[in-house]
Amino acid sequence: MELGPYLLLATLEGAVTAAVLALTASGLALVFGVMRVVNVAHGEFFMLGAVIAWWVASHIGGAPVWGFTAALVLAPLIVGAIAAAADMTVLKRLDYDPERTIVATIGLLYILQQATLMTYGPDARPVEPPFNQRLALPWIEWTETGLGLYWPWGLSTTSYKLAVIGAAVVVLLGIWALMTRTRIGLLMRATQLDRDMALAFGIPVERVYALVFGLGAALAALAAVLIVPIQQAHYLMGHDPLLLSFIVVIIGGLGSLPGTILAAIFIGLTDGIISVFFSPTLAKILATLLVALVLVFRPQGLFGTRAA
Amino acid sequence: MLELDAIGTGYGKAQVLRDFSLSVNAGEILCLFGRNGAGKTTAMKAIMGLLPLWSGDVRIDGEAVGALPAHQVPLRGIGYIPQGRRLFTELTVAQNLEIGLRARNSGPEVLDEVLDLFPRLRERYRQRAETLSGGEQQMLATARALCLRPKALLLDEPTEGLQPSMIEAIRQVILRMRDQGVAVLLVEQRVDAVLSVADRVAFIENGRNGEILSAEALRADHTLVDRYVGI
Repeated sequence: MELGPYLLLATLEGAVTAAVLALTASGLALVFGVMRVVNVAHGEFFMLGAVIAWWVASHIGGAPVWGFTAALVLAPLIVGAIAAAADMTVLKRLDYDPERTIVATIGLLYILQQATLMTYGPDARPVEPPFNQRLALPWIEWTETGLGLYWPWGLSTTSYKLAVIGAAVVVLLGIWALMTRTRIGLLMRATQLDRDMALAFGIPVERVYALVFGLGAALAALAAVLIVPIQQAHYLMGHDPLLLSFIVVIIGGLGSLPGTILAAIFIGLTDGIISVFFSPTLAKILATLLVALVLVFRPQGLFGTRAA
Repeated sequence: MLELDAIGTGYGKAQVLRDFSLSVNAGEILCLFGRNGAGKTTAMKAIMGLLPLWSGDVRIDGEAVGALPAHQVPLRGIGYIPQGRRLFTELTVAQNLEIGLRARNSGPEVLDEVLDLFPRLRERYRQRAETLSGGEQQMLATARALCLRPKALLLDEPTEGLQPSMIEAIRQVILRMRDQGVAVLLVEQRVDAVLSVADRVAFIENGRNGEILSAEALRADHTLVDRYVGI
């Protein structure tokens, strides 16, 4: 294959990574933005989403589309409920102290991971995609008669991968609408801007926090349900999403949702392209190096406004 | 209306208020007066439930609110205008007011009333709060608190850093609220500003009660002011 089609293929793979990463990272950014909690267990909520998706899908018979649809609804709800419960029983009792919540979420990380290992086991298990047509993609070339299309061997994607990208766009638009157009979004933003004043104007900050923590985890779980037909569910699968989410949130500017999404697209695409042309490890190395550079030269992130 | 009964509170282990008592009647402006660090702002935070009470209690209309979660205190009808305004800066004027309105389910007529008091806010309605001038921000902070239809109003240095015309506008609103039967607790540093609006003046010194005098008595005899503020 020539370079052009190869690059298109890598970009498409990168776009899927970017879509899933944007969902996961915006959950992390939401939690940090509103609650100022660095949620180290975020990757485990992602993993739980995938494992629950497998569990739901394997308990529902019939066509794969039913199991997958049920997982798409149930997994984020269950994971969100677990996270909200963790917020009310653990984080609230620590008064959301920045250092202690980091330690607490590290603990949560191992509890969730090891509980999954003991119940679900160490195997990687797939979930069948609801639909999965192979779509061959054309490329342009010069022929004697001028510009022509041809279908290079190996240049293809699947309808499911395109659906993942579409679903991520829809969900992110939904989150944007929730934050800017609804009453509950207004309360979340007010809480984010000034917690004490939110209290002084009767906003039930504790309930807002539980909701935000649940919502952040549900976003990670939703991202995992979308990716699990491509990647398989495994109890250690939370590491990479956690690392990449932190990279994205730091580059995008802590707590800034638009910055997070732009950074997710950038990191996702470069990760896809570098992984295809070189190696996935090099992609992670470069992304981490970028974080170091951002922290040195622009600590508030590329799109952040406040000093972190 | 608003009663502080021998409250004690502070930050961490440092006690600021000790057995501090105060009572503001409906339709009265009580001015809390004292040096920097005497505990004026701390008293306001304690009323709002933002600082836990170590002892004593706060009562509104006879109902003890000292043990309530902080977000339920304003629902009893307390509007708070904090020092430095503390607006929701990234939200618009409309959104800041909406947060005030929703607290006690105030209807659109309350919003109209408040905007009639501050016509400038109507012009800036869709602007972000951080883009307003200092005086307009103080108007918004006041309007936001009035959106609660407060029975008691707490103002922490509302005229700090404002030009005279703005100070006068804020003063007029305070007087109007008093005439509508609101209990007003005012913290103010400038003696002339206090004496021109207050009905009574309560002195606070090192977190303890000082004398409580009528404003008229103070206007007649300035020596007490000098003693507490030490000019």
